[in-house]
Amino acid sequence: MDLKTEAEMLHKVPMFSRLELSKLKLLAFTSELCTFDGGEVLFEAGDAADSAYVIMEGEVEIVVETGAGPVVEGVLGPNELFGELGVLTNSPRSATIRARDGLVALRISDEMFLKLLAENPEAALDVMRQLSDKLVRSQDQFIGLQKQLREQESVRA
Amino acid sequence: MESTIFKFVLKYSLREQILLLVLTVASFPFFYLLLYLPKVIVNEAIDTDASAFPVEVFGVELGQIEYLLTLCAAFLGLVLVNGGFKYFLNVYRGVVGERMLRRLRYDLFVRMLRFPLPRFRRTSQGELVSTIVAETEPLGGYIGDSIALPAFQGGMLVTLLIFMFIEDPVLGAAAIALYPIQAWLIPKLQKKLNARKKEKIRLARALSERIGEVATGIREIHTHDTTRLERADYTGRVGDIYRVRVQIYRLKFFIKFINNFIAQITPFFFYSIGGYLVIEGDLTFGSLVAVIAAYEKLADPWKELLNFYQVKEDAKGKYELLLESFQVPGMIEQEQIDVEPETQTPITGVLVATNLDLKEEDESETTFPGGLSLTADLPASLAIVGGPGSGSDRFAHILAGLKRPATGQLLAGAFDLLTSPEAVTGRQIAYVGPETSLFSGTLRDNLLYGLKHRPIRDAAYDGPGRAQWERRRTEAARAGNSLHDFHADWIDYAGAGVADVDSMRARAIEVLSIVDMDDDVYQLGLQSSVAPDAVPELARGVLEARKMLRTRLADLRVAHLVDPFDRDAYNVNMTVAENLLFGTPKDRTFDPEDLAGNAYVRKVLDDVGLMDDFVGIGRQVAEVMVDLFADVEPGSELFEQFSFISAEDLPEFRGLLARTESDRPDDLDGDDRTMFLSLTFRLVPARHRLGLIDEPMQERLVLARRRFSEGLGADRTPIEFFDPERYNASVSILDNILFGRLAYGRQRSAQRIGGLIGEVVDALDLRRAITECGLDYPVGIAGSRLSTAQRQKLAIARSVLKRPDVLVIDRATAALDASAQDRILDNLLKEFGSRALIWVVHRASLAERFDETIVLEGGKVVEQGAFAELNRPGTVLHRMALAG
Repeated sequence: MDLKTEAEMLHKVPMFSRLELSKLKLLAFTSELCTFDGGEVLFEAGDAADSAYVIMEGEVEIVVETGAGPVVEGVLGPNELFGELGVLTNSPRSATIRARDGLVALRISDEMFLKLLAENPEAALDVMRQLSDKLVRSQDQFIGLQKQLREQESVRA
Repeated sequence: MESTIFKFVLKYSLREQILLLVLTVASFPFFYLLLYLPKVIVNEAIDTDASAFPVEVFGVELGQIEYLLTLCAAFLGLVLVNGGFKYFLNVYRGVVGERMLRRLRYDLFVRMLRFPLPRFRRTSQGELVSTIVAETEPLGGYIGDSIALPAFQGGMLVTLLIFMFIEDPVLGAAAIALYPIQAWLIPKLQKKLNARKKEKIRLARALSERIGEVATGIREIHTHDTTRLERADYTGRVGDIYRVRVQIYRLKFFIKFINNFIAQITPFFFYSIGGYLVIEGDLTFGSLVAVIAAYEKLADPWKELLNFYQVKEDAKGKYELLLESFQVPGMIEQEQIDVEPETQTPITGVLVATNLDLKEEDESETTFPGGLSLTADLPASLAIVGGPGSGSDRFAHILAGLKRPATGQLLAGAFDLLTSPEAVTGRQIAYVGPETSLFSGTLRDNLLYGLKHRPIRDAAYDGPGRAQWERRRTEAARAGNSLHDFHADWIDYAGAGVADVDSMRARAIEVLSIVDMDDDVYQLGLQSSVAPDAVPELARGVLEARKMLRTRLADLRVAHLVDPFDRDAYNVNMTVAENLLFGTPKDRTFDPEDLAGNAYVRKVLDDVGLMDDFVGIGRQVAEVMVDLFADVEPGSELFEQFSFISAEDLPEFRGLLARTESDRPDDLDGDDRTMFLSLTFRLVPARHRLGLIDEPMQERLVLARRRFSEGLGADRTPIEFFDPERYNASVSILDNILFGRLAYGRQRSAQRIGGLIGEVVDALDLRRAITECGLDYPVGIAGSRLSTAQRQKLAIARSVLKRPDVLVIDRATAALDASAQDRILDNLLKEFGSRALIWVVHRASLAERFDETIVLEGGKVVEQGAFAELNRPGTVLHRMALAG
């Protein structure tokens, strides 16, 4: 894998799709191309968020700890970006990420990621849109849950 | 110290000064003869009628030629004698001056050692350095001249004056008529000058102090952006010094001017008054001429004396200032640091403090009134609990002998601790405070520092070495310096409870584990490089560990985490240059910074036909970099972290690329090729992922590597090649075991491999030997290469190693994490089971594990007893324990 391929892969990430290829090349060059074995943990829930990742090859599992033990909540594949919200909000990782089989991912340091956003309003806007989406979704969920709760209470009453 | 420099000179160099004087006087007849002889040769041997010969000289008859030759031989002999006198006098003057200078510097240093400790709060390092080193320097010159010069020149002057007065009292009087004016005026001016000079010295001291402070506080200056303020302050200071120095120049040359003027105005009197007298017939013409000639002779010694006067005044003033800062009240008595007790009895029994005065000299009577009193049985472990202002830190200082209170008493069994010499307080008591000082040197030096009270065994000298040491010792005695040999073996093995060097080594490591520092030192040892000849067993073990690690990696199926050194394979985790050298440079022949310009390297590349390819790759790298970093602002740290080309060099490369766009690699000239080549050399294929070093290229590079090593010849190469069977002395033990590079892009591989190496090291029982290598780690100035926690631990270890009867610890573990604190506390309680451990704890709850707890408030014991009994609602201890 060389820089050019990596930059093209990055280009397919929605957040980066409007950036010039030359900027993505620099991003790739300043990032670390990491290799993971199947089952290897990239980071665990609660770890400090010091980087975001873009998958180049392979898949990862999102593992969430529940009362009944760890549950795989989702799978991400090539050209997907993850770990960026932790970097943005400067909060610990919310879930554990594990490589499914062999995985190659580009590790973008928090510094570089924030710098990229600061210098590229389009990307920043995209992040904002994503965050608002998430907010709307969780608000919907919240309202739905509240409604359920009220219904159950009225049934009991 | 003597009250004036003259007394100092008389007291310590009178004999030498007299010798100088005698020799100076003795040299005079020869000097006179040397001046006189040419006249005799011309008048009596050359310009004389032949009839006057033969002449009789000492009973031998000589013809004219023989007489001439005899006189010439005498002349030659006199030249030699005179030169010899001058040479010897100059050297001896220098020796006397230097010897005295050495004594003065030694005295000042010893005085500094005896300063009462609070003095160091007011005197800065910079000032001490500048006084002891710089201010004493010019005194040496004066001391050599201090008696002989004025005596000799004064004698000349008096002789000439007597001659003049005999010739003619009036003109004699005229010649010295203006001396009284000079004698009145010059000291007045000189006084002003002296004052200025003192001011200059004070300003220079303040300047040194400030420079020292700035150097120490450099971080603060940058974090607060105050370089402008500092520059302005500095400007003001050097400006003041400039002003004073200019004043000094004015005064100095004004004095010179007056002296010259007076010297030249005297002939005016001769010509006018003398001439008048001759014309009137009261004086013969011959007398006037003689007197004028004599006056001219007078000018020289007079000038010398006036010059000397200035030098003397200068030296006097400097000495007074030295005295001012080194004559300090409350100095530690000389005996206290000198006394060597014949026997050593352990400090044990009841510790009784009575009305110990805790206050500092500048504090009022109402601080800690009445002083501190307490009683406790030793040996035991005592915890002292007290917040700020409780006086606990001061009590710890008194216990350690660091503070000698004005009033009060402190007894421990038979010992009066307040009057005990440092040979007792510094050997049988150890103290570790919250701030520690390490000295530059190795970790071992610092660890053993507390055992070096006096030389225990003479150094082993060979014949010439012994003679040299004897000479040095004799000279040291002449200057009143220390007669102890610094190179002797000072380590008090018995004091540490061990028999010899080997058991000391084992004990040192044991003590390191007591203070929870063994692993730190092991890691430092891993990072250190050792000469395999010095530790052959370890070197063999490391080679074994290298093999074992390889097997372990394979067994665990993680071999891919390390890219091993293999002579026949390209290593994508090293730079191109490293791949080519395939070893570590032992000297500057293959300077990694300038490899591209190295003729041999270029020849090898040419031979294997890689040169043009490499230049081409370098050009591609340059293109990528220029492209990637085009929009990055020059100050960005991205350049430093990632770019092959620095921000300053980027335009140059851009120009180079544009200029050579249409050139083929072999069209470029030497310098351009070097520039491109240097970029290629820094490529690490696995990391940079530029796709420029493909596999065929890698194979050719391995070929070039072979050619490179073969061309250098088998032995004594400037490169230590990576050889699986050999220990590489130029890299660390860790790198020797790893024998390869960590593979790029593997998270946490450093920790995993570190863990595996630890396993291998333990399996082969190498940990102790590696830890011992860590003892050779240089700690840097004031231990700056260690972390704060490491410094604290080392300071405690140093005190434990000397096996004191009483160990006083004052909040020395506050900088450590809680688990390390607990471990160290437990270990020390165990270690000091039968000896006394007195610990001023920084958290009241820590007192729980001690035999007895003493709670201090406002310099008084408010509670004392077992922790469990004291720790109940309503007690001070309970309140403090709750507060944390």
